[in-house]
Amino acid sequence: MTARVAGFGAAALTALALLALVPRLGNAYYLALAISLLQYTVLATAWGMFSGPTRYVSLATTAFFGVGAYTVAVLGEILPWPLVLLIAAALGAIVAGIVGLSTLRLSGVYFVIFTFGLTELIRQLVVWFEVNKSRVLGRYVFVDITQADIYWQLLALTAAVFLLGWLIARSRLGFALRVIGEDETVAKHCGINTTFAKVALFTISATVMTLVGAIMAPRWTYIEPSIAFNSMISFQVLIMALLGGAHRLWGPVLGAVPLTLLFELLSARFPNTFTIILGCIFLLIVYMLPRGVAGLLEKLSTTAGGKTRQRATA
Amino acid sequence: MAPVDAPWEDKMTTFLTRRTALLAAATCAATLGLTAIAEAQTSIKIGYAISRTGPNTGGAAVTTIPNYELWVKEVNAAGGIKLGDKRVPIEVVQYDDRSNAEEAVRALERLINQDKVDFILPPWGTGLNLAVGPTLNREGYPHLAATAVTDRAPELAKRWPNSFWLLGTSADAAKTLVELLNKLRDEKKIGDTVAMVSIADGFGIDLSSAARPALTNAKFKLAYDKSYPIGTQDLAPIVNEIKALNPDVFIAFSYPPDTLALTEQSRIAGLNPKVFYTGVGTAFPLYRQKFGKNTEGVMGIGGWSGDSPAIKDYLARHKAAAANGAEPDRWASAVTYASLQMLQQAIERVGKIDRAAVIKDLQTGTFDTVIGKVKLENNMPTRYWWVGQWQGGEFYGIAPAKNEGARTAIVPKPAWVAP
Repeated sequence: MTARVAGFGAAALTALALLALVPRLGNAYYLALAISLLQYTVLATAWGMFSGPTRYVSLATTAFFGVGAYTVAVLGEILPWPLVLLIAAALGAIVAGIVGLSTLRLSGVYFVIFTFGLTELIRQLVVWFEVNKSRVLGRYVFVDITQADIYWQLLALTAAVFLLGWLIARSRLGFALRVIGEDETVAKHCGINTTFAKVALFTISATVMTLVGAIMAPRWTYIEPSIAFNSMISFQVLIMALLGGAHRLWGPVLGAVPLTLLFELLSARFPNTFTIILGCIFLLIVYMLPRGVAGLLEKLSTTAGGKTRQRATA
Repeated sequence: MAPVDAPWEDKMTTFLTRRTALLAAATCAATLGLTAIAEAQTSIKIGYAISRTGPNTGGAAVTTIPNYELWVKEVNAAGGIKLGDKRVPIEVVQYDDRSNAEEAVRALERLINQDKVDFILPPWGTGLNLAVGPTLNREGYPHLAATAVTDRAPELAKRWPNSFWLLGTSADAAKTLVELLNKLRDEKKIGDTVAMVSIADGFGIDLSSAARPALTNAKFKLAYDKSYPIGTQDLAPIVNEIKALNPDVFIAFSYPPDTLALTEQSRIAGLNPKVFYTGVGTAFPLYRQKFGKNTEGVMGIGGWSGDSPAIKDYLARHKAAAANGAEPDRWASAVTYASLQMLQQAIERVGKIDRAAVIKDLQTGTFDTVIGKVKLENNMPTRYWWVGQWQGGEFYGIAPAKNEGARTAIVPKPAWVAP
């Protein structure tokens, strides 16, 4: 087991080192694509960290992403960059904590609707503040951060997210969440503090999403609520995580990477019929891969390796 | 249900699912078949990413896309752009930015690095033009922003010398409007009560923040000054409240949907001040379609020299080329088309694909366009149309009055008539 972990660690480090060289390729397009891949990988993985084990479907990704982007819009030009990121993370954590405490008692579709509404709520609050207090809508972010910097920051965040996810899965918290996902009432009766466990993980996942928003913001120069709080992000992340399979830490990557590439290919080749084709593909995914790519891989490996392996990994 | 039934039912579901999936796949294949278009010819490759889906679609479809298509069609019909002593046709590469800043940036990076286009036409709207600014600057492409209104334009032009801000600043727009009001008051045509509403979005906030101090400094009485959220459906309370105040001037820094709604509501409520001014959308052909005779005397942002032969000719060509005979709007459309003429003239003067030289020419040259002779100063034009007015079914520029072709304002606005 330790040897396997060490092997995995070594492979991950090698991959990380290789990926860090992408900006050296000197092609801005590949760098942009790599940034996009990392962005969705982190978002989908962070989404899966909370929603996978607990089975709460959250559409709040955009809300946290936007909080991060807006923090940069407001503070980016005044404070040093690491401090801006720190404040963004703290803000994300605070919002997630408040939201988590007040809503994670909701379940099923009510939670989905609330998280969707949350994005709109935060966006309207920002608009209200900008209109009535600061009297500017649309802020400019002129910070000295190159595309390569954005890429490296995202890469570091990706590594951190996987490490964090791996650690959580091995901790009491991770176990508690799996029990909650199976049956929340049973979890309560076992003496698990379900509220604490859920809020803690929701906050961790949201903080990561906030950081992604903050890191990405310098890419656009200009930020207004409709740009920062674009609800498409929530849906794309959800679909990616579901395609990959949210029940495994590495599942969402399997969705984020092919879907980002697919979006890219479609918008390059079929700019005018992008949405139609996308809809068709989603239909196919839902029909053919209800448990995601991760589920498919597991199924394949169990039929190949026999039932014993499944019991070992389960 | 008896357990014996289960396997059969299972099979049935699988069958249905498969069939549905196949059907979906077939539909997809059919769609793809329809969209497979063969592209031919090379030479000057011009790329753009424009909002074909998402919230920017309306603006892009009225102001930007028809002009890009018209220009490419006309240039290619004439044999292409003149490089040295031969003409080379334009080849277009275009994408949908889905009204999304991140998509827009990536599409441009794709255009530059993968498609290796020679020139890039900008996206629609202030936000997206700002989003793509750094990329175009880094890669050294000329950036002719014809649909962006931002107060930071002079600063941006300095920061990105390859960028040209052809639509001016919102502060200038507000200032010109107040100057016009001031003049009308001096001529004793209006009193000094003003009611102002603005949409709680970039445009409305920028303009109202610029107009507020300008109005106060000019000693106008701001009787009403409120904003409404984007997407507000019912504007009747605002209009009724303003009507009760009986102002001389009504100013709405509004977006197209609420420009239409405010006009309609004012007609119904009988709010007919001496000056009736609405924001984006007033200059759209749709506005005249909807209000017909009632447009008479309505002022709005934008305008053009409707009497100039060049504009008349442009209007006719635009109508003939557009799929359903659509007319251009009377503000940014002509500026967009002029920006394309400027790009073409700059390329032809340079005589080869040398982007740095083209940028230099755009900064220093004089251009013959549908909006007249254009000579940029600090990467911005020296004159703009800021206030227009519907007069006899055409939206003429009325301010600044020193602009060539400026008409005299009709004040007071005639009464609303029953539609």
